[in-house]
Amino acid sequence: MKSITISVNDKKIHAEIPAPQTLLDFLRSNGIMSVKRGCESGECGSCAVLVDDEPRASCITLTLQADGKEVKTVDALSTRPDLSELQKRFIEVGAIQCGYCTPALLLLADHYLNNALSPSEKELREAISGVLCRCTGYLKPVEAIKKEFKAN
Amino acid sequence: MISSKDFRVVGKVTPRVDAEKLSRGKGAFSDDIEFRELLHLKVLRSPHAHARITSIDTSKAKALAGVHAVLTHEDLPRIPHTTAGQGWPEPSPYDTVILDNKVRFVGDRVAAVAAETSEIAEKACSLIEVDYETLEALFDPEKASKPGAIIIHDEEDSSGIFDKSSNIASKLEATYGDVEEAFKDAYKIFEEHYEVGYVQQASIEPHICITWLDEDDRLVIRTTTQVPFHVRRIVANVLQLPVKKIRVMKPRVGGGFGGKQEILNEELCGAFTMATGKAVRYWMTREEELHAARTRHPQKLFFKTAVSKEGKILAMEVRVIENTGAYGTHGHTVMTVTGNKIFSMYNIPNIKFVGEAVYTNLPVAGAFRGYGTPQGIFALESHIDEIADKLGIDQIEFRLNNLYKEGDSLPITSKMAEGGGADAQVIRSSGLEECIRRGAKAIGWGSPKEPTAVGRSRGIGIAINTQGSGIPNVDMAASSIKMNEDGSFNLLCGATDIGTGSDTALAQIAAEALCVPVDDILIYSSDTDMTPFDTGAYASSTTYISGAAVLVAAKKVKSQILDVAAEMLEVEKEHLICSDSKVSTQEGKIVTYEQICLYSLYQRNQFQIMAVGSTVSSESPPPYSVVFADVEVDDDTGQIRLLKLVAAVDCGVAVNPHMAEGQVEGAITQGMGYALSEFMPFDKNGAPLFKTFRDYNIFRSSDMPEIEIILVETYEPTGPYGAKAVAEVPISGPAPAIANAVSNAVGARVRSLPITPEKVWKELKNNNN
Repeated sequence: MKSITISVNDKKIHAEIPAPQTLLDFLRSNGIMSVKRGCESGECGSCAVLVDDEPRASCITLTLQADGKEVKTVDALSTRPDLSELQKRFIEVGAIQCGYCTPALLLLADHYLNNALSPSEKELREAISGVLCRCTGYLKPVEAIKKEFKAN
Repeated sequence: MISSKDFRVVGKVTPRVDAEKLSRGKGAFSDDIEFRELLHLKVLRSPHAHARITSIDTSKAKALAGVHAVLTHEDLPRIPHTTAGQGWPEPSPYDTVILDNKVRFVGDRVAAVAAETSEIAEKACSLIEVDYETLEALFDPEKASKPGAIIIHDEEDSSGIFDKSSNIASKLEATYGDVEEAFKDAYKIFEEHYEVGYVQQASIEPHICITWLDEDDRLVIRTTTQVPFHVRRIVANVLQLPVKKIRVMKPRVGGGFGGKQEILNEELCGAFTMATGKAVRYWMTREEELHAARTRHPQKLFFKTAVSKEGKILAMEVRVIENTGAYGTHGHTVMTVTGNKIFSMYNIPNIKFVGEAVYTNLPVAGAFRGYGTPQGIFALESHIDEIADKLGIDQIEFRLNNLYKEGDSLPITSKMAEGGGADAQVIRSSGLEECIRRGAKAIGWGSPKEPTAVGRSRGIGIAINTQGSGIPNVDMAASSIKMNEDGSFNLLCGATDIGTGSDTALAQIAAEALCVPVDDILIYSSDTDMTPFDTGAYASSTTYISGAAVLVAAKKVKSQILDVAAEMLEVEKEHLICSDSKVSTQEGKIVTYEQICLYSLYQRNQFQIMAVGSTVSSESPPPYSVVFADVEVDDDTGQIRLLKLVAAVDCGVAVNPHMAEGQVEGAITQGMGYALSEFMPFDKNGAPLFKTFRDYNIFRSSDMPEIEIILVETYEPTGPYGAKAVAEVPISGPAPAIANAVSNAVGARVRSLPITPEKVWKELKNNNN
């Protein structure tokens, strides 16, 4: 067992964890259910998180690799009862179908919007291309995100 | 003419009722639940395509610390059943047992372990010692029924197989008119064959099931299913439990596309809970999903078509060889839909359909969005295009010359229906011609565009198709509505929202009928203990069938509301009007829904305002989809660039336009994968070569071409508020539209899927020789 301290959405978690544990398992066992398990090989992106503001597939990241770092999930995008503007856009344009990949799409889109100097659709599509969606064809999610970068 | 303009909620942009929790990533899915003690299940799968298990030793696995149970075919009774997850009596053969002494494809179940962690369970699987007697394996469907072929289902206790000794799971024939006679008189006859292979539903949420015993020792199954009531019935049979001992709960589901109609893990998980008394979780890995879950049936389709000098199709004969894989689940019904939809497009007086579904030692095919239609339509719409080409008639004109039109009846539907028997369906609403017209305008039909670079050619293709709205006389749905003191309503539905948005559409239908905002409808689906019965989310049935059940219940509740209001206001019920959560008289006296419910519960003649509605339909109205593709092909390499896709769809009144568009967008994207990037290759021993999403390529956001969606509204008189189905119909068009566009661009006709640069290049080379 290894001792770690990770800041998850600005809350410090100290834990004893088995060395091979993935960050995905760590987060879900700490009640962060927005991080989804889809492939366990880093290809579907449903488990995307930000580690020190860098997108990572938590299913192929060890918890140990996040030790001492800041992990952010979609839970940090808004506080109850309000949703973030981006979440509202997703709902408004109908960008959510089954919702399984939605937290990952929102998190990566938010990250892109926060970092892009002059956002473009092409760049945006690249930025979220690590998240597979089988329901929407990405049309409405992209529409929602574009509305948000036009609004700002 | 009634239209969506006449409605207050239906046909209007309405946010999804579950959108907020999903946008927050709330723990709403099957796996998002915590247990103090939970066992993890792993399945040992066969490395052989065809083998008999001669001995199996689990002693080392059982001895491993943390292992709670190991089950093999020696531990469980043989109950032949089908995993298809269909209604009763089931149309698929009973050729499967929970664990067998024979394996029939690479990935078939051999044994399973439940342990304290998945790592221990996996380790224990590797400690199970199995001796196999390997058998010759059968991979070529065309050889399956030939004399001397090895028999895949040689067990004595299976039933419902058409001919075990020749590996034929099911056989199908339908005919009307006289094709032979018509072929004699034909101006021209065209013969060609087409082939489609394995593809996977690939929902991003895998199959996940958690089972436990509740405080009354009943088996609770929390699972990613499209068919909770079928799960209950089938698991009861396989585990030999009374139905009343089982409760199935369907939380949010992360996409199904047919793959979650199958009973793939609930019986096994349940068997471990019954064996250990503990909660057991089974999560299928992506590798298991890709080859041990279900796929689309591969088919080879042979067409022979006669046309007149005027360009009328006189006769069409279609022969299909369908590969159902190692088990026959959905083999018969998928093939029925293939035939049914091929012959539901063009008014052809003489037809013949012959289909044979055969077993092979390859992955098991099952239900997948479109259900036989994408296979049939790829072949039909490629074939129609080839004929028009050879006759020198415009592709659209040739289609319009031969289409079924509104008011026509479809004779094939009385000959070959998924549920067995039905009257010939009459087309009561069709926006097909308008879809063609508007789609053609959007893509620029008739005004070819220039290639974007030298050395490339550009082309446009069209494909049209239909689907059904539920299975006539089979699909049944029920819902109940209960009024609350604040004028809100609990709507309980057996209908299964698997990410489609049906909860929202059904809530809109209830809100429309009850004259309340959608916010005042609290919908819950589905739980076999709580919600009324529904056959489940398949065959594009939810809006049309389950929506009609909601409407029946809502009308009954509204009538009860008016009864109470009439008593309160002391006027005749007939003179009352409902609007905005209140009832008023013509003179302007008003009682609110809140007052009505309080009165009915607390004041006089108390009773619960509540009703159940239930429906079955003898009709299955056809929605229509028209897809246009604009492609560019490299003249030397055959590389295909899909520049634009237009999909024009008639789904009657779209109850929720954003969600209907979303269904079209998702379906055409899956259709583009079927056309261009998705396939499942195997090695010479039948082992799958693609085991991850790195190999199995579904479209990513950066792969998407320009897309234009057009909803063409019609009013379906038999549907709730004019609605028809939408979920499946758009998936079939992209593959033939793209094939036709490629042919239009460079003259290369690719008759098999996926359409790869290599195939195009080979055709280009053939053309040049």
